[in-house]
Amino acid sequence: MGEIIKVGMADLKTCVAPDGVITLGLGSCVGIAIRDPISKVGGLAHIMLPDSTAIRNAQQNIAKFADTGIPELVKQMEKRGAKRDRMVAKIAGGATMFKFAGTSDTMQVGERNIQASKQTLVKLNIPLLAEDTGKNYGRTVTFFPETGEFHIKAVGKTILII
Amino acid sequence: MGNLSLEQVSEVYYDVLKEIGNIGAGNAMTALSQMLQCKVDMKVPQVKLLDIEEVGALMGGEEQIMVAVYLGVEGDITGSMMFLVEKESAQHLLDKIMMGMAGKDFGEMERSAMQEVGNIITGAYLNSLSSLTNMTIYPTPPEVTIDMAGAILSVPAAYFGIMGDKILLIQSQFYDEVAIDGYFILIPDLDSYAKILASLGIVI
Repeated sequence: MGEIIKVGMADLKTCVAPDGVITLGLGSCVGIAIRDPISKVGGLAHIMLPDSTAIRNAQQNIAKFADTGIPELVKQMEKRGAKRDRMVAKIAGGATMFKFAGTSDTMQVGERNIQASKQTLVKLNIPLLAEDTGKNYGRTVTFFPETGEFHIKAVGKTILII
Repeated sequence: MGNLSLEQVSEVYYDVLKEIGNIGAGNAMTALSQMLQCKVDMKVPQVKLLDIEEVGALMGGEEQIMVAVYLGVEGDITGSMMFLVEKESAQHLLDKIMMGMAGKDFGEMERSAMQEVGNIITGAYLNSLSSLTNMTIYPTPPEVTIDMAGAILSVPAAYFGIMGDKILLIQSQFYDEVAIDGYFILIPDLDSYAKILASLGIVI
């Protein structure tokens, strides 16, 4: 087994099999795992917010937003030899950690992160193969581009593989 | 507040938060020691402006299991507020409050006791903010969640993320027999920053 590369919050990393990528404690954030099954190049983005265009000073960190983070991940994967038309994706996260009825729409940020991630994948023409999203708990996710397995760990639950 | 980023606001706001943190923590400790019926000591709280990444690390890693009390803030300002403690520390607090009857699984009883602790502690902070600014501020009923630090922090991080890449955190340590690290995050809505500062006579 190769090395497991850590992806922080509002961060993205690429890897080549047998290496994998991991991100810890996804809450309302969404983890987008993409791989090219032929070149075995993979990557994981940990996005925090749906839309960079709705925000002032958004250029600080493009990995923070679904609409900018996912295209950047794809670009970096292409640099490592992945082909766009072979890429497939899986996503996890987007939980609603607290359900109290807020007035501000940032309350549903988890749900909006899921939607924005899916829309961005559609725009990039990358099929979404599987997802484990929503609900009300945090997830730690590990992605293996070798097999395409996406391992999802949550507190008090058995590991889910999608 | 125009195009002001959190970094720009933060210097002034930092001092304000520090003051609120000091007074609030004092009030909270008094309330807590009444509830626990024993002496509770505290260290001077620290106010930190941290990268989102660093916050998880400070609490012992993104996967550290934390108990979080989260509530809304209404009145002259709006926003939300979060209080976090490590699960072991929360367990210790609950054992004292429930006189050793607290279960290990955080059921209904434990959650509701934790809500009460959260009420007391966040209420103390809100009172100090309210008296410092002469604003009417009141909390909505708190919600309790037990999960990984990273997952819980994604909620305030998303708010702060709108303004920049930093989170303002008040870290306070208090102890009866054991040391308990409590973390406190005040999350005012964008407009409320300006209101808080304006009420203190600071014009940006």
